[in-house]
Amino acid sequence: MSLDIDGVRLALADRRWRFDIALATDGVHALLGRSGSGKSTLLNLIGGYLEPDAGRIAWHGEPLSGLAPAERPVTTLFQHDNLFAHLSVADNVALGLDPSLRLTPQQRERVSGSLDQVELAGYEKRKPGSLSGGERQRVSLARCLLRNRPILLLDEPFGALDPDTRTAMIALTRELIERQRPCVVMVTHDEDDAHAIGARVLELVDGGVRRR
Amino acid sequence: MARGLHPLNRGVPGAAAPGAALPRRTRLDRLPWWTGAAGAGLVVVLLTGVPLAVLLGEAGELPFARVAQDVWLRRVVGFSLGQAALSTVLALVLAVPVALALHHERRFPGRAALTGLFGLSLVLPAIAAVFGIVAVWGGAGWVNGVLDTLGAPFLAEGAEPPRLPVLYGLNGILLAHVFFNAPLAARVLLQALDGIALHEWRLAAQLGLSASARFRLLQWPAIARRLPGLATLIFTLCFTSFAIVLALGGGPRATTVEVAVYQALRFDFDLPLAVALALVQLAICAALTGIGSAFARSDDGSLGLTERAADGAPWPHWHPHVRRGGWHRLLDRGAIALAALLVLPPFAALLIAGINRRTVAVLGDAITLDALFNTVVAALAAAALSVALALGLLSGVRRLHLRAANRRDGTTGSRTAGEALQALGNAILVIPPIVLGTGLFLSLRAWADVFSLALLLVILINALMGLPFALRILAGPVLDGAASRDRLARSLGMARAARWRLVDAPLLRRPVALAAAVSATLAAGDLGAIALFGSDQVRTLPLLLQTRLGSHRLDEAAVTATLLVLTCAILFTGLKLLIGGTGERDA
Repeated sequence: MSLDIDGVRLALADRRWRFDIALATDGVHALLGRSGSGKSTLLNLIGGYLEPDAGRIAWHGEPLSGLAPAERPVTTLFQHDNLFAHLSVADNVALGLDPSLRLTPQQRERVSGSLDQVELAGYEKRKPGSLSGGERQRVSLARCLLRNRPILLLDEPFGALDPDTRTAMIALTRELIERQRPCVVMVTHDEDDAHAIGARVLELVDGGVRRR
Repeated sequence: MARGLHPLNRGVPGAAAPGAALPRRTRLDRLPWWTGAAGAGLVVVLLTGVPLAVLLGEAGELPFARVAQDVWLRRVVGFSLGQAALSTVLALVLAVPVALALHHERRFPGRAALTGLFGLSLVLPAIAAVFGIVAVWGGAGWVNGVLDTLGAPFLAEGAEPPRLPVLYGLNGILLAHVFFNAPLAARVLLQALDGIALHEWRLAAQLGLSASARFRLLQWPAIARRLPGLATLIFTLCFTSFAIVLALGGGPRATTVEVAVYQALRFDFDLPLAVALALVQLAICAALTGIGSAFARSDDGSLGLTERAADGAPWPHWHPHVRRGGWHRLLDRGAIALAALLVLPPFAALLIAGINRRTVAVLGDAITLDALFNTVVAALAAAALSVALALGLLSGVRRLHLRAANRRDGTTGSRTAGEALQALGNAILVIPPIVLGTGLFLSLRAWADVFSLALLLVILINALMGLPFALRILAGPVLDGAASRDRLARSLGMARAARWRLVDAPLLRRPVALAAAVSATLAAGDLGAIALFGSDQVRTLPLLLQTRLGSHRLDEAAVTATLLVLTCAILFTGLKLLIGGTGERDA
């Protein structure tokens, strides 16, 4: 069983992409590629932010096309803009449990618990604007924990962090992966990040992958 | 479980995934995305298109050759253009030194209050300002009073004391237009000057540039960039100014096209003439808008409504402004004093003159209270409609922008459609209210008694007039960052209701409050629509004030003016607080 990206074609503005990849469902895959190689485009296709012109994306043999992003078995950690700036940390995480934010006390507790897991206990009432870049990404990670989807997409999530923060963030992400064992697809241009997260490194060339 | 996980969400070891629920779909989510935009667009097109079409239809029967030859009409058009040109030049000539002075002098007592007053000129009802000016500069005004007192000891027995020239006519119109527009211009120019980067001043300090070189190389270019757009704006405001000309002009020698339309409709009942004049007005306004959009800069779109007044942070000690010589200082202080003398007394008169021997009688008067009630109702309804229309149009614009960003090929198509939608709302700026009013008057004449619909028509016209302002205030908050918020909301599966409650409402609360406050204040102070449709049965405070000014009942006018200004102030701050809340801004 695998996450199949099968003959997927997409023309965006004046660019054309073609992707043909099969990824093992329990693996941690890092797609390396230069900018413009279509890394983020591929994640947007899997996540449902772009629909392909042709071809199909399937999870366990079932096609994802036509499903809204939230209906897909996917949760994504973007490089930026994972949080609503005007909502508190707790609310931002809680949206992962209920997108209309009507939570039971038990669910509130789970929110605090997941913040605890990313070492942000007590940050519930803070606003994202008062957090550092690394803290903001940890809040986003706490939400990924709660959403607990079978596919975790990482779009250069460590790219904007300084070295120390990055190491801590990578350790937390590894913990999440070990606990929930999702199919992880990470795109990055930094091979060190890929190794640090314990990924199998694949190179994205002309829409296909080259194993290394 | 109704809202369980999608069947695809399997494959996680040990996961009976207790987490994420699917979005709740409600009836709201089944409405197509364009519902709001289409509804708002339809209202705007109907309310402007039908009156304009009727107006143009009537025009087909006009004897155009005769109209073009008409000496009186030519004189009215000539006067309208002439007074607007003079007002513009005077306002700018005064504004440049005042802006420079405020730019140089960062700290003096009352600076914040003065720049704050400058910002009020956009929302202060014109007819109230007219009262303030009459109270200060009129025949029985403060200035003549001072002249009498000062002159008395030097005059021979029985001699006439020196007097100001009569206010009514071109003098008064120019004075009022300068009172309104010089502060507006000064604010915009001050913003331009304060926008000069600090590193440029550092360079100027290092090179030891003289005051005149600094003006030539740094300040004048900053001013000159803004002048064409600013001049067009002020010219348009003065050309379409209605209340000021109606109250201070009048007579065949000082009538503008706006006022002539009104007189043709309300007094002479000469419909062909009204139509001809309205079309002339429309043509000139369209031309002015064309010129204005050529100079348009995105950053002065808000007219300083959304920016805080420059807070006058002091210049660093090395700054060339700090080391200016005594003469320059003196000139700057003179300019500031002159501006204060122009702006402050009418405001003071508006507040003080309201307390007089007629105050209690006027405030207890049924006519006054009725007008107050109508004013508040019209203002609130017009504001609600303006904001609803603006949000409806912008929801469509946002959606089209997002589609353009996400979609292949048709990238430009959606974006252009979005911009066209936004332009529809702004196009109203081309249509003077008097033209819209004339069109509505003609459209409804056959169906109903327009005077019995007065309040409704006032609401509709003012809602449309407030729409461009609401759009300018709301466009940024609705559109900026929409792409990342949309992606996040979609990734979490937030339904439309949740998205409105959790994302849009908190972000838009303050801008909506400001837009509603501005629209309501403009509507409350408007004289144009109510002058066309008002009657003894339906009055608002501006109409009542105009009537009382016109019949020279100055004490009653004073109370009415103060009441109008207070009503506007309460509407403005009230709406801002009620909708926007008092809380601190989020970090």
